[in-house]
Order: sequence, then structure tokens, then C-alpha cells
Amino acid sequence: MLTIDNLSNEIDGKAILKGLSLTINAGEIHAIMGPNGAGKSTLAYTLGGRPGYAVTGGSATFEGADLLDMEPHERAAAGLFLGFQYPVEIPGVSNLQFLRESLNSQKRARGEAELNGGEFIRLAKEKAGLLDLDMDMLKRPVNVGFSGGEKKRAEMVQMGILDPTLAILDETDSGLDIDALKIVGSGINAIMRKPDKAVLLITHYQRLLDYVKPDFVHVLAGGRIVKSGGPELALELEREGYGEVLAA
Amino acid sequence: MMANALTLPTRKDEAWRYSDLHALATIWPVPAARRIGVAAGERAHDHLLQDAADDGAAVHDYVIDIADGARFDFHLLNIGGKLGRVTFDVRLGKGSHFELSGAIIGGGDQTLEIVTKVTHAQPDATSGQTVRSILGGRATGSYLGSINVARDAQRTDAFQSIKAMLLDRTATANAKPELEIYADDVKCAHGATVGELDRQALFYMASRGMDPATAKTLLLKAFVAGVFDDVSDEAVKDRLEAAAIAKLETLV
Repeated sequence: MLTIDNLSNEIDGKAILKGLSLTINAGEIHAIMGPNGAGKSTLAYTLGGRPGYAVTGGSATFEGADLLDMEPHERAAAGLFLGFQYPVEIPGVSNLQFLRESLNSQKRARGEAELNGGEFIRLAKEKAGLLDLDMDMLKRPVNVGFSGGEKKRAEMVQMGILDPTLAILDETDSGLDIDALKIVGSGINAIMRKPDKAVLLITHYQRLLDYVKPDFVHVLAGGRIVKSGGPELALELEREGYGEVLAA
Repeated sequence: MMANALTLPTRKDEAWRYSDLHALATIWPVPAARRIGVAAGERAHDHLLQDAADDGAAVHDYVIDIADGARFDFHLLNIGGKLGRVTFDVRLGKGSHFELSGAIIGGGDQTLEIVTKVTHAQPDATSGQTVRSILGGRATGSYLGSINVARDAQRTDAFQSIKAMLLDRTATANAKPELEIYADDVKCAHGATVGELDRQALFYMASRGMDPATAKTLLLKAFVAGVFDDVSDEAVKDRLEAAAIAKLETLV
């Protein structure tokens, strides 16, 4: 589904990713862990197409198409979802308006029929229910006045409504207490744990992986994947720290 | 503020310093000011959709007298013409209220202006001006607002909230408040900001699938939302909002 080959980039002239390679197949959940400054968020933003994240080498192919050649909104319409570590607040635009415009923009780009108001509200209700988020929250402006946990749950409601094939979730577990972590974890499983979908979880900690079991765990350090393994690698990292594991 | 003076103003004239005097010359002399009087204790409202043709020019001057205890609300959408200028010369009686809610939306080489002169001549009057401007291309949007508080006009409460959004670096927004206060128990609040569309919000919207035009239009609608919220006549409100959105869509 996603093949990243020898990807390098720079931000403000500083090299961050230095030849990163990773392949994700349909039906798989991958976790990327790594110390601060390793380039985890940079990887997410680069795949999402954030302006300022200039690619200097390598390639990323998504469902057979050149991902890096697409505009950010085209990547979304192609089935990519980027979960933000710090979801952005948009005063004056309600979540429902935001999501309906987003979904219908994607549908237009794919040549599909747009949802009408009633169809959209039914879909939003169903997905908000999965994440135990009150519909009244969705009538409020995007992320404005939401707690850290509410923002992350709202992100997962967005994911549910947009129904991507590949979700790249950047520290979706940060700012969540244990109850919210359970809800978000089961939301990710319900929406994305399917044979035709895949997830790339970017996280500092093992704890989200108790709820969303990865098939593969990778360690990102110094701008490349330095170690890959199964779920046991995450436990090893938690137990021994990055220093020990990377030195071994 | 001059209405229907016979000599063409120059840029040295404060009230015309940002204007397009060439466009003005094409319609000079401008029609006489419209006079509106609101009788003591009455409530009245009015609106203007200034949408002159692209190559035209329009100047609308209002002279408004609001008697004791009366209230007047004006809603303005200023979007048309090479020059589009709307001015208000308002005189407030005791305990009266004047409120202007306006939007300027311009592109190309348009010059769009709102000029207010609000005189608090008597005690206990309140006034407010809210103006939101969206400017693209080489457009210039200006708000010049003076508040004059006479010596007897104690407990005056006046505010101006002026915000402009520039869509291109070549567009210009001017906001020029002027306070002349001779009373000592007075509240005059003034805020003016100029900004650009939030890049982080634009990327967030793009990451959810919105193309740039859709995302910008949504942010700009949010920026001007509120200006026409309290228009009492639903048909007028719909017409102003639809005209604002149609104009926005030509700019993104």
C-alpha cells in the first residue's frame, strides 16, 4: 500500500530524514517509536505534504501513485489520513461544516456522489458514537476550547467519517488519560483494523500499543529506521530504553 | 466630512488620503448626502449593498441624526466599483445608540472605503462600529473612523472593532481611528488588526481533503460571519450574505 524508499528531506536547510525506507501492506499496523528529535513527526508531515517539508531524495509510493507529487488535499482524496499531534483550532468553523466540506471535497475529487445534509448527519452520529463524543461537540468550532483528550477523540471521529485506507497517526496517544486511551484505541481498531486498510502509529510510548496491537514495530533514530521487529520490540524499548536497544 | 463639495478633494484632505481620486473625478460632483432622522425613543434600521460595476465608482454619504433615547442600526456590504466609498456622519442624542456593522470585500485594483464620524453630543449615548475587510490583488480597503465626545457627553460608551484579512501581499488595509474627547467619564474601546489566512489551518483543512479554494472560502466566511447576524429582515440578510459569498469566491 505504501512504499517509502530511501526518503530524505530537510527543513530550513537542515537534514532530518536521511534515507528512510519502510513498506506497509494492506491489513497491517505498524508502529514507529523513537527518541525526541528522531524525525517521527517530520515523517508524518512529509507524507502528508506539509509546506516547508522539502523532499531532497528518495520516493514514496501510495497505492501505485507517486505520493510526493500530489498536493495535500489530493493525498487525502487518494485515501491518506494524517492524525495531528496538535490538532489545529479553527474559530468560526463548526466541526460538522468542516467535515462535510472535507468529505464532499474528497468525493468530488474521486468522482463520487456527495452526501446530503441528512446522510452526513447520520454518518457523523454513528462515528461520534464510536468515540463516545457528544454530537453537541461537533456543532462547536473545530477544536476550539476542546481539552487535549477531546481533540484526539475528535480527530478519530474525523478519521471515521473520512474512512481512509491509510492512517498515519502522529502521537495520537499524547494528552490522553487511561480511559480516553481505551476509547481512542478501540476507535482506531473499529475504523482501521480491516484487511484493506493500514495504520502507521507514531508514538513515544508502548501504552497505546496495549490497545492497538501492531504487527510491526520500528525504531526511528537519526532520520532512518535503525531497527525493526514484532510487538516484542516495543516492550523491549519500554523496559530498557532507546539507548540500550540501539547500542545492542 | 464633505458631502457634495464642488471642488474635487485632494490627497492632502485627511478623509481622502487613501482614496482613488481618478475614479472619483469620473462621478464628481457626487450626489447630496442622504439624511436620516430617528425620532426620540424610536428604533430604526437600514442597509446598503454597494455593488457598483467593476469600472464604475460610487460614493454614498449619510448624515444621520439620532434623537434622545433612539436607536439606529446600519448594515453595509461594500464590494463594488473601482472606487466604492460610504460615509456616515452621525450625531447622537442623549442615551441614544448607533451601530454600524460592515464588510469590505475587494480585489483587483478596487479602492473600498468606509468613513465614520460619530459625534456624542449628549450624555449616556453608546455607539459601535464593526468592520471586517477582505482584500486581494492590489485592492485597498480603508476604514477611517472618528469619535467626537463633547464636554457634556458624560458616560459615553463607544467601540470600534476593525479587522482586515489580506489575501495577497499586494493588497492594502488602512485603519485610522481618531478620538477627540472633551468629557472625562468616557469609555472608548478601539481594536484594529490586519492578518493573513492561518497557514496551519489551511494545511489542516487540506489534510482532510479540502482543495485550497474550498478551504480559503470557508475560513473567509468564518471571518465575516457575524457582520450580518443581526439583520432583522431575513430576505435582506440572505441577500447580503449571498452577495458577500459570491464576491469572496471571485477572490480565492
